[in-house]
Amino acid sequence: MNVPENLRYTASHEWLRAEADGTVTVGITDHAQDALGELVYVELPAPGRKLGPNEACAVVESVKAASDVYAPLAGEVVAANQALADSPGDVNRDPYAAWLFRLKPSDPAALAKLLDAAAYKKTFK
Amino acid sequence: MLQTPLIGVHRRAGAKLVDFAGWELPLHYGSQIDEHHAVRRAAGMFDTSHMLAIDVQGRGARAFLIEALANNVERLGKPGKALYSCLLREDGGILDDLIVYFLREDLFRVVVNAATADKDLAWLEALAAGRVALQPRRDLAMIAVQGPQARGRTWSALPLLRPASESLTPFFGAQAGDTFVSRTGYTGEDGFELMLPADAALAAWGRLAQAGVRPCGLGARDTLRLEAGMNLYGQDMDESVTPLECGLGWTVDLASARAFVGKAALAAQKPERTQLGLVLEERGGVLRAHQAVHGASGSGEITSGTFSPTMQTSIALARLPRRYAPGDRVEAEVRGKRLAARVVRPPFVRHGRILV
Repeated sequence: MNVPENLRYTASHEWLRAEADGTVTVGITDHAQDALGELVYVELPAPGRKLGPNEACAVVESVKAASDVYAPLAGEVVAANQALADSPGDVNRDPYAAWLFRLKPSDPAALAKLLDAAAYKKTFK
Repeated sequence: MLQTPLIGVHRRAGAKLVDFAGWELPLHYGSQIDEHHAVRRAAGMFDTSHMLAIDVQGRGARAFLIEALANNVERLGKPGKALYSCLLREDGGILDDLIVYFLREDLFRVVVNAATADKDLAWLEALAAGRVALQPRRDLAMIAVQGPQARGRTWSALPLLRPASESLTPFFGAQAGDTFVSRTGYTGEDGFELMLPADAALAAWGRLAQAGVRPCGLGARDTLRLEAGMNLYGQDMDESVTPLECGLGWTVDLASARAFVGKAALAAQKPERTQLGLVLEERGGVLRAHQAVHGASGSGEITSGTFSPTMQTSIALARLPRRYAPGDRVEAEVRGKRLAARVVRPPFVRHGRILV
């Protein structure tokens, strides 16, 4: 399973990437997309929405099942990847390129407290 | 977990394996959507060896099945003819759905679902009370080859099957050497189902794959059968519903004088529910089992729902009040939202074409 070293992770299988402008990009991991199967529908949070930590804020549905995506950090949504509405399968093809949303964290230091690649790998082994 | 004779070839092909009624079976081999399209457009194959064939043997075989099954085995006039039927309790509840083949006057073969196989066998043994011999055929593997190219590719892969199977019309089967070939399936496409000795299954699977028949898993099997408007036992029906409530009234003959288990209950029933199809008419999610359905004629529930790869929208089978009819508008409760859906008469897709 592909777990890039330069990202942060949650035990609920979201990945996070720190951007240069202080925002954080969020997606679901390779492990998550593999477990879900082929995605056919994605529902994303609207920009401007304020998210509490671990709040359910997006939905990914595969042929098999629906699954919530949780806000890994508290903050405000600044962008959503609307291209996924027409091609949810991009998440299966390249889960680390097909991001779901970007947020501005209320606590910029919170990201560093999430799992690194090595710790995330241990959660499903 | 139980395994079919093809478990090794599934593993080598990289299948994602899941537990299905205690059997370790492929969910998909990479993409269940591509597998679905392969069956609609060309040819795919499924390992269905988890299903159980039961041979019903003896002079009283036909009389026994006339009594045991809700559909009428009297109609099986020509050897090889197959019939779809429910197996009912006295109260009309559905124990299982099955296919019965008329092989000889003293030999019929019934093919039942894996999850219900032990229950069915015990039920039939009790009902037969020694009148017939029931022989479970765990020695047989089963491969379903389905799709518009299925028959041609089967003949090029397994040419010995051709003479016996070339003239088979739908819902007929014939013995070809050690293989029983029938023109049946669970996808809404043309094709064959093969029953063959377990030790011959591996070679047959390999030759079919070489002839361009794509291995398909349970994921595609479910989306194909749902598009074809076919019920799944345990989901669209079980012991709590009768055939009259789940779209299978056509498989029950209440007009004839024939007595069968469950007949009195069905004759007395005034069903309040019926089964219809739904097509999601807006974006917002996927229709799934147990979601509530609301509309002008009352509320009901989805029994099977999925994303239809052929229609590129979500479809479902739903149990609804009898007043509903094709063309009605309803709303389905999908994760807290109400989404608009259209009521249709299944099947949704047959022979590659969208019908609703």
